[in-house]
Amino acid sequence: MKCTTMTAAAVALLAGTVPALSQSAATAAATAPDLNYQAVPGMFQAPPGDTLGEMQGVATNSKGDVFAFFRGPSTRLWEFDPQGKFVKEIGKGFYGFQFAHSVRVDRHDNIWTVDEGTNMVTKFDPTGTKVLMVIGHRPDAEEGPVATPKGPLPPDGKYTLCRPTDVAWDMQDNIFISDGYCNNRVVKYDRNGRFLAEVGSEKKGSGENEFNLPHGLQVDRQGNVYVADRTNNRYVVLDNNLKWKTAYTNVGTAWSACISQGPHQYLFVSNSNPNGNGPGSWAKTGQIYKMELDGTVLGKFGHAGKLAPGFQVVHMMDCRDPNKIIVGEIESWRMQEFVAKGGSAASTK
Amino acid sequence: MKRLAALLLSCAALTAPAAAQQIATTPSQPLMLPADTFFGAAAGVATNSKGDVFVYTRNGDPTITLGGSRAFAHGGSSLYEFAPDGKFVRQLDKNNYGFLAAQAVRTDAHDNIWVVDAYSDMVIKLDPEGRVAMLLGRKPEAVNVPAGEDMGRAPAGAPPASGMPSDLFEGPADVAFDNAGNIFVADGLHNARVAKFSPDGVFVKSWGSRGTGEGQFASPRSIAVDAAGNVYVADRGNNRIEVFDNNGTFRKAITTAGDPMALCISPGAHQYLYASNSNPVNDLDHGGEIYKLELDGTVAGKFGRAGKQPGEFGTVNAIDCRAPAALYVAEMGNWRVQKIALH
Repeated sequence: MKCTTMTAAAVALLAGTVPALSQSAATAAATAPDLNYQAVPGMFQAPPGDTLGEMQGVATNSKGDVFAFFRGPSTRLWEFDPQGKFVKEIGKGFYGFQFAHSVRVDRHDNIWTVDEGTNMVTKFDPTGTKVLMVIGHRPDAEEGPVATPKGPLPPDGKYTLCRPTDVAWDMQDNIFISDGYCNNRVVKYDRNGRFLAEVGSEKKGSGENEFNLPHGLQVDRQGNVYVADRTNNRYVVLDNNLKWKTAYTNVGTAWSACISQGPHQYLFVSNSNPNGNGPGSWAKTGQIYKMELDGTVLGKFGHAGKLAPGFQVVHMMDCRDPNKIIVGEIESWRMQEFVAKGGSAASTK
Repeated sequence: MKRLAALLLSCAALTAPAAAQQIATTPSQPLMLPADTFFGAAAGVATNSKGDVFVYTRNGDPTITLGGSRAFAHGGSSLYEFAPDGKFVRQLDKNNYGFLAAQAVRTDAHDNIWVVDAYSDMVIKLDPEGRVAMLLGRKPEAVNVPAGEDMGRAPAGAPPASGMPSDLFEGPADVAFDNAGNIFVADGLHNARVAKFSPDGVFVKSWGSRGTGEGQFASPRSIAVDAAGNVYVADRGNNRIEVFDNNGTFRKAITTAGDPMALCISPGAHQYLYASNSNPVNDLDHGGEIYKLELDGTVAGKFGRAGKQPGEFGTVNAIDCRAPAALYVAEMGNWRVQKIALH
């Protein structure tokens, strides 16, 4: 067999063909002061011989126990004690675990998982030994694998989810779900899982009452809903009945939101760096912003980087205590804890 | 499953220089696995400074599970550690998310263990204890049905198989390091480029695309760096080893070692380049020998041929030459790792 002779074209370096980053820059970056949050090195380690994976979900309960929901050889849910020591695996082999996306803990310390492989949201009791409720329907195996789906997205359904991303609750324990990668909506259920309302639909959009990849959500004590509208690079604020209030567009990509507990609630958001870490991307992305609920930016911390304490695509934050942020990253397969230095104001300089 | 062998046949010449001196060898197979554990296709072998041996092998079932309509891939390859005398020490990282289709394992100057996986498209740095230290690339979320390329494919309009200016790969084949700790990835099973990263994983640059010209590749299957920082790339399919300076500027092509698939440069004051003219998996009647070369490409000798007997080789995918007179050779075709003493 002969080699085909090809003209030796001049090999253009790829630097000339870098596609534009899809992210919009965080306009708050220039003015937001740096906050002094310091990483606790090596805080969370897998037990000997085992390995963490893509760290999609991190959450704490009222006792400070830490839950990690990640993509390993299968999707796994691990519990650590407040000092970062591995305690146990929860839900091993559970039918609702296929492709982790979020774990959250409600005010009664129940543990909720959101899985975008099985399209299920699951409520575990605080010990992780009982399933108290499931929302959604895992697609049946006989449907088989599908190549890239074609045609319009299937219509959204009241009680089925399509690659859901996150879950939150108000003080009445109503359930809010961001849904997701193939629906583009937020759904509200009552505490018993009965459908109440939705905003958005299966269709993508960038206008009011529309979403393009609602990737995470949180609810404040007044019942307002904050949605990370990822591909639209905005955080959307809805009232408790899912009526549009406003959107924050100055903090870059909109991957994940966290609202702290305590008398004064803060909103933390992540301007996560993109897959691949292309040239220049780290200069525009990577930091976490601390905001007032009204959208006022208080400051920022952290930066993109392969090595700790850098961030590699922050996917989720726990901020129960606004001075102790636990960060889960996709592309470093790690979970880091950051502690504010210099008192509760958490600001320096 | 991505096909890894397609390129092997496209233009393999398998014609060996006739005059090379034959090197006498004593082959052995000292690596002992526990009972009921076996090597499969032996993709990678490497030793650290203590003489411990690491083997990355395809010896399990890659598994696809259905989540909704999406197909998720799990498992299929194992990383083993052996003591210098060949005794089994342990399996490393058996639950690693990125261990799907073993392609290479290398160690760096600090005894970190680097795993290259052709199916998860990842280069995984483990510290000497086997804990994840740094990651390049990202495993595709779901398997394409039918098979196809992922995030690391070249954008429209870019030269063919030139990849992305990033740490997204399409079938990475091998990894190497210079003395400063810079990282060079042969992104070579589906892409045809070399990507350079700083020691902390920052993308520096990328060079190459599919072709036969200087600085192009048919399939950059293996990579090694000499003490001066020059980069040697096995351009499988083009019957040459291309040599670049540390920044990717083409310097020369070495054409005295057949159609190379595995490279290794030995340490020490006088460095040698070992290159395997690996036989394709469906051909035991041509090639298969390993060359010992001076860095300028002069052949110092050769040994072995395609075959299944001790001292013969079946599709060599990796050579470890930390001890230049006692190589470890990993074979995809014979599902074994041989230790080859050179005389």
